[in-house]
Amino acid sequence: MTTTPLLRVQGLTKTFRMYHLDSMLHAFEGVSFDLHEGEFLLLRGHNGAGKSTLLRTIWRSYLPVGGHVFYRSNHGEIDLANAADVDIALLRREEIGFVTQFLNARPRVAAQDIVSEPLRLAGVPQAEALDQARHWLDQFGVRPELWRAYPSTFSGGEQQKVNLARALIQPQKLLLLDEPTASLDAGARAALLRRLAELKAHGVAIIGVFHHPGDVAQLIDREIDLSTRVVADETGEEEHVAL
Amino acid sequence: MSLDLGLPALERAAPRLMRAEPLLTMRDISKSFGNVRALRQVDATVYPGEVMGIVGESGSGKSTLLRMMNLEDTPDGGDYTLRLPGRENENLFDLARYERRMLCARHIGIVYQNPHLGLLMRHSSSGNVAERLLIAGERSFDVLRDKAREALDASEFPLDRMDARPIELSGGMQQRVQLAKAIALEPALLLLDEPTTGLDVSVQALVLDTLKRLQRDRQITMVLVSHDLGVIRTMADRVMVMRHGEVVEQGLADQVFQDPQHPYTQQLVHAKL
Ligand SMILES: Nc1ncnc2c1ncn2[C@@H]1O[C@H](COP(=O)(O)OP(=O)(O)OP(=O)(O)O)[C@@H](O)[C@H]1O
Ligand SMILES: Nc1ncnc2c1ncn2[C@@H]1O[C@H](COP(=O)(O)OP(=O)(O)OP(=O)(O)O)[C@@H](O)[C@H]1O
Ligand SMILES: [Mg+2]
Ligand SMILES: [Mg+2]
Repeated sequence: MTTTPLLRVQGLTKTFRMYHLDSMLHAFEGVSFDLHEGEFLLLRGHNGAGKSTLLRTIWRSYLPVGGHVFYRSNHGEIDLANAADVDIALLRREEIGFVTQFLNARPRVAAQDIVSEPLRLAGVPQAEALDQARHWLDQFGVRPELWRAYPSTFSGGEQQKVNLARALIQPQKLLLLDEPTASLDAGARAALLRRLAELKAHGVAIIGVFHHPGDVAQLIDREIDLSTRVVADETGEEEHVAL
Repeated sequence: MSLDLGLPALERAAPRLMRAEPLLTMRDISKSFGNVRALRQVDATVYPGEVMGIVGESGSGKSTLLRMMNLEDTPDGGDYTLRLPGRENENLFDLARYERRMLCARHIGIVYQNPHLGLLMRHSSSGNVAERLLIAGERSFDVLRDKAREALDASEFPLDRMDARPIELSGGMQQRVQLAKAIALEPALLLLDEPTTGLDVSVQALVLDTLKRLQRDRQITMVLVSHDLGVIRTMADRVMVMRHGEVVEQGLADQVFQDPQHPYTQQLVHAKL
């Protein structure tokens, strides 16, 4: 591709310093890759290889110790590795999404309001935002009786569906997915897949970890294996990442 | 490749994308009481609409810092600005006592852990809220009563009890009266010093819920002090960690809890997990 990448990760390194053990834990070192709009990157690797840690380091709930994550935001280019906290907060509100296995259920907020909130914050009129929220709750298979209920009492799978509907209701520029299918039934998995394909076609760049990568096989453009540090592109050509 | 074992997290840059100016800026605030150094060169920046959490052990200076923000006390040194219309570049600590009181009454609300600090216990609840409006110059009885009722309602205080005196109310209700008083004039800044400490867990959850609601509906900028990490975790966007009068770490709330950088914060977070 000739366009400027949306994301240029260069030499990204994460080490945890654990003072109570007086030790260091190297999660990953020198990870580099580019990601363009509409590209889907799959992260692979054994348990503990650093997949979740890499996503969290880009999202900045973990702080990197080295490297760069140059991101082309709507407000200009910025290095997420050292950006100010308030800039990260702004990008999380406007451009970058992160879906994990866990819903951050808030007390006394109905499922449909949790899902429609990103649209309302973006200025979509209340009625239209609610319509869309119900559409996505329906797509992911959340029963209409639950739309006005509070998700804190939902089953794990139902909570995850609310979580996904909220995260995917509005196309973001960059989407980080950490095993989003973990507690989903087949119907919701299929809906997720359809939505991801749609977002990708819309230009959303996606980095994901999937327990069953077969689920998303048609979407994958590139893979990085964090156990072996091998990058393979869609042609199957492999390139060893410089350490 | 060999990695320097002492490598710290990358230094964060100044904000570049955020176009809003901070609402609150404190620089180099120090305060000693005798030989107790309660605050040592503390800097704080809070943006409009944010919830800034402050955590730290007992005696670390949290309440002292909040009292400075509320202009109840002045530091030995340091500047404090709030971006209020016409006051952008003024060091508020330079204001005369009366001006400070007026500015505080109009633009800053505070809720203390101890309701005796914030309320007249033998006046009616609605009277406590109305008093705040009176200070700001409101004189019409009907307007006072309507606005007090509105603030109590927004604080989810049961309106059939608005003539009751705080001394007759439960702890959770007293906190709602303090909150109503604090928000009656739609302050630019809401300060909360352990607002739910000492309440039953279920009551605590309800009061926090009200705060979240207010924050969501009105986008009030809040500074919330609590030694309860759970409270901070559910409320705060960013967190400052204080120890011995110093800010030892600050960051996005999820980062401070999931990847704490300072040995003291790690100890604090691990102790609560
Ligand atoms: N907050 C943390 N503090 C200390 N160590 C951490 C932290 N988070 C992750 N680690 C460590 O970093 C390493 C990578 O963990 P990570 O969760 O990224 O693995 P993963 O590839 O996602 O594994 P899994 O497939 O099991 O989800 C592990 O050894 C883990 O213990
Ligand atoms: N008016 C005062 N006179 C003398 N010492 C004071 C005064 N106010 C605070 N201090 C001291 O300053 C230090 C910081 O107190 P502060 O109340 O700010 O702590 P804190 O972090 O709020 O603690 P806690 O969690 O217990 O409320 C303490 O050592 C305290 O004893
Ligand atoms: Mg993982
Ligand atoms: Mg205190």
